[in-house]
Amino acid sequence: MTQSVVVQGEWPFFPPNVCSLSFLGTVGQCGNQIGCCFWDLALREHAAVNKKGIYDEAISSFFRNVDTRVVGDGGSISKGKICSLKARAVLIDMEEGVVNEILQGRLRDVFDSKQLITDISGSGNNWAVGHKVFGSLYQEKILEKLRKSAEHCDCLQCFFVIHSMGGGTGSGLGTFLLKVLEDEFPEVYRFVTSIYPSGEDDVITSPYNSILAMKELNEHADCVLPIDNQSLFDIISKIDLMVNSGKLGAAIKPKSLVTSSTGVFKKRQEKPFDAMNNVVANLLLNLTSSARFEGSLNMDLNEIIMNLVPFPQLHYLVSSLTPLYTLADVNIPPRRLDQMFADAFSKDHQLIRADPKHNLYLACALMVRGNVQISDLRRNIERLKPSLQFVSWNQEGWKTSLCSVPPVGHSHSLLALANNTCVKPTFIDLRERFIRLYKKKAHLHHYLQIEGMEESCFTEAVSSLSALIQEYNHLDATKSMPVEDLPRLNIAM
Amino acid sequence: MSIVTVQLGQCGNQIGFEVFDALFNDSHCPGGLCSKRENEAYQASCKERFFSEEENGVPVARAVLVDMEPKVINQTLSKAARSGRWKYGQHSCFCQKQGSGNNWAYGYSVHGPRHKESIMNLIQKEVEKCDSLSGFFIIMSMAGGTGSGLGAFVTQNLQDQYSSALKMNQIIWPYGTGEVIVQNYNSILTLSHLYRSSDALLVHENDAVHKICARLMNIKQISFCDINQVLAHQLGSVFQPTYSREGSFHYRRNPLGDLMENLVPHPEFKMLGVRNIPQMSENSLAYSTFTWAGLLKHLRQMLISNAKMEEGIDWQVRPPLSGLPPLGKMSVNKETHFNTSIANLVILRGKDVHSADVGAFKDPALYTSWLEPVHAFNVWKTQRAFRKYEKSAALVSNSQSLVKPLDMIVGKAWNMFASRAYLHQYTKFGIEEEEFLDSFTLLEQVIASYCNL
Repeated sequence: MTQSVVVQGEWPFFPPNVCSLSFLGTVGQCGNQIGCCFWDLALREHAAVNKKGIYDEAISSFFRNVDTRVVGDGGSISKGKICSLKARAVLIDMEEGVVNEILQGRLRDVFDSKQLITDISGSGNNWAVGHKVFGSLYQEKILEKLRKSAEHCDCLQCFFVIHSMGGGTGSGLGTFLLKVLEDEFPEVYRFVTSIYPSGEDDVITSPYNSILAMKELNEHADCVLPIDNQSLFDIISKIDLMVNSGKLGAAIKPKSLVTSSTGVFKKRQEKPFDAMNNVVANLLLNLTSSARFEGSLNMDLNEIIMNLVPFPQLHYLVSSLTPLYTLADVNIPPRRLDQMFADAFSKDHQLIRADPKHNLYLACALMVRGNVQISDLRRNIERLKPSLQFVSWNQEGWKTSLCSVPPVGHSHSLLALANNTCVKPTFIDLRERFIRLYKKKAHLHHYLQIEGMEESCFTEAVSSLSALIQEYNHLDATKSMPVEDLPRLNIAM
Repeated sequence: MSIVTVQLGQCGNQIGFEVFDALFNDSHCPGGLCSKRENEAYQASCKERFFSEEENGVPVARAVLVDMEPKVINQTLSKAARSGRWKYGQHSCFCQKQGSGNNWAYGYSVHGPRHKESIMNLIQKEVEKCDSLSGFFIIMSMAGGTGSGLGAFVTQNLQDQYSSALKMNQIIWPYGTGEVIVQNYNSILTLSHLYRSSDALLVHENDAVHKICARLMNIKQISFCDINQVLAHQLGSVFQPTYSREGSFHYRRNPLGDLMENLVPHPEFKMLGVRNIPQMSENSLAYSTFTWAGLLKHLRQMLISNAKMEEGIDWQVRPPLSGLPPLGKMSVNKETHFNTSIANLVILRGKDVHSADVGAFKDPALYTSWLEPVHAFNVWKTQRAFRKYEKSAALVSNSQSLVKPLDMIVGKAWNMFASRAYLHQYTKFGIEEEEFLDSFTLLEQVIASYCNL
């Protein structure tokens, strides 16, 4: 599906129709709130880096440049000064509250109405309503909007889908979107950021929704970054503690880009969701930084999948981000730099609760931003290696990248992505909660009454999850085995 | 005769820039410890090989730049242009926007066929600018997707289209501890394909160059730029002009042809390594003096003991007694093994070069028995100093020194292959398990051949 255009001729290259793009699909309340924080941060990051206001490659990966004076579709500009930036996105929600708020806020010019798909009735925290009912209702519309957006370029590299697992819209319609993307754009990678429900989730049916969504993620996502609210909350609390305790003295700037937004939402919410959403938004920015900006060792999104997904089903990555607060001191001495690496492997910085150090690594990626060189990277890998256990066939399973442009307000940052068997407990836990609910048949009728839903949907979903857990079990079993070299081919001389 | 350089992928393009920069700066180095006439002849020879000229007089590198994403090429072009002294051709680049995803299969089976015509056309245009073509110098890494996969594809096509021109591939071996997780797969696929289609593989290992930066150059925070500059220095010391023969003051015309003739007597043995002495930071250089005897003694021991730099050389390693076969066949696991050579080329540059005595390199004990030392060893000279080094020596060898690194890569790839990990990423683009097995077989053969010298 991705055509290619021969690019020859004068540099600097900015061929109009060939672009390496990312597209964001945000589904449901949670997905859209995070998405909103993401777009806000992305704009601020590009504004900080791109002082001349030229529409360059880095911006083009996430934004179109549009001449708003032109009516209709002809307004796209490919070069030159920034006129009006439009996010490459589709916003989907079956309630209007969140999307409406976005359209009334600071970001209203970043989206046009053609990018939205909304309804008013909501999914009632029911995966089946989101997936089956709204799925079939909006399938054509979704397709139409995606095709339209893809028209603006020949080379879409990646789709990001942001949603939560526990509700109805994000979970059901979000995973429906995955299927549509796979059918329509089979060669474009699907990266999913999924917010998993924590144990104390107040949505009773979240185990059902999550299990049903997991099956879809197993089958239709290329890569999933599972995140839980509890971890985000812990991160925010830690930052607040650090900032307020004055431990870091005058060196700390309280307003870190990691946590503070510019007040996109008028309502102040009870829990610090804004700050939490910003952490996720930062994750996505850092994930794509090496693809957008220059560096001595670039990493595209397709490289992430190539290196971190050794077997198609094992595509769940634990992410951790550092630093989480801004330091005023720009020239960080090596000791502090090394601390950044150590932090990335501390549980305090993970976006999901898990214990990678005591489990088995299948692969690990380190994406570094800022003034960090290859020797710093290598020194720290050597330091970290002894305390980490890698699977026998991937003893040196490190994928690294160096991007010269640091995030705003930091001199450098590190994003670590680990494919590790430590996600197993999360899935086992999910399965437990599901079984407890399913055994009692609680609330099941709400699902079964939806056309296309049968009990087999549930049993198949649990099987799918159990099979995944088994894969991790097999790998864990190899943990204590000695690593031996296999006998090589014998060549007759 | 001219050399057309093809720079592939991020690594290839980043290094390519440093190489042309080193070549240019050296050839325009004031002084060079020789007469003005000599300097001019040197410059002219370097230019013929590596640069063509444009109307406004700024030399243009004889190079084609290829990458599947634009960031690095853009940077490379602008760095060259900014220097104001030399540049790349305006129309010498081929670029896409998608990258190869570190996937050899994608580089080879998708990008290759898709862009074959455009890339080969660009190369053809560059070839047409040469009065006479010595051959191609292809710079690529093994670990990624573009340099490795597309590099293998392009080399194959060069073989088909320019069957009488020589091809030397400059291959960068990645750090042992990952830059890329699938680097070992990409490496074995690259090496096996190049072994069939290239004439010589000149290898540089990131680990070795990194150590040179750390210990010899004393660089604290080593960047890829530092590494590439050391590499470029080594390549420059090989490729800059030298006299065509003993007693002549004319520079040789066919560097690639001469390199091949001296170093690759048999197609089963194509792996070449470079050693350079002295190598140090410019500050230290000002305070150091060398004798040819000292330099050559160290260089020879570096060869024999398989040291990659002049620090930490194991002086215990000795060649076997003349006339007797080496003690036991080489096993990859033996620590201090004597490094047997097939052929060696010593290149000497600088003051009093004609007084340098290279006799110790002619010792038959250094070589395998099927070539007479007179054929196995050659020396090239010029009294024109290289960069700021009053005396410098380079050694290009076809020897056992790459066996151990090769064996390690094959071993790791084999372990991973046995578990079938990541294979779906390759089969998706048409590289089946068969292809992997063929590669393993070929490389085990190469290892065995070198071990049995």
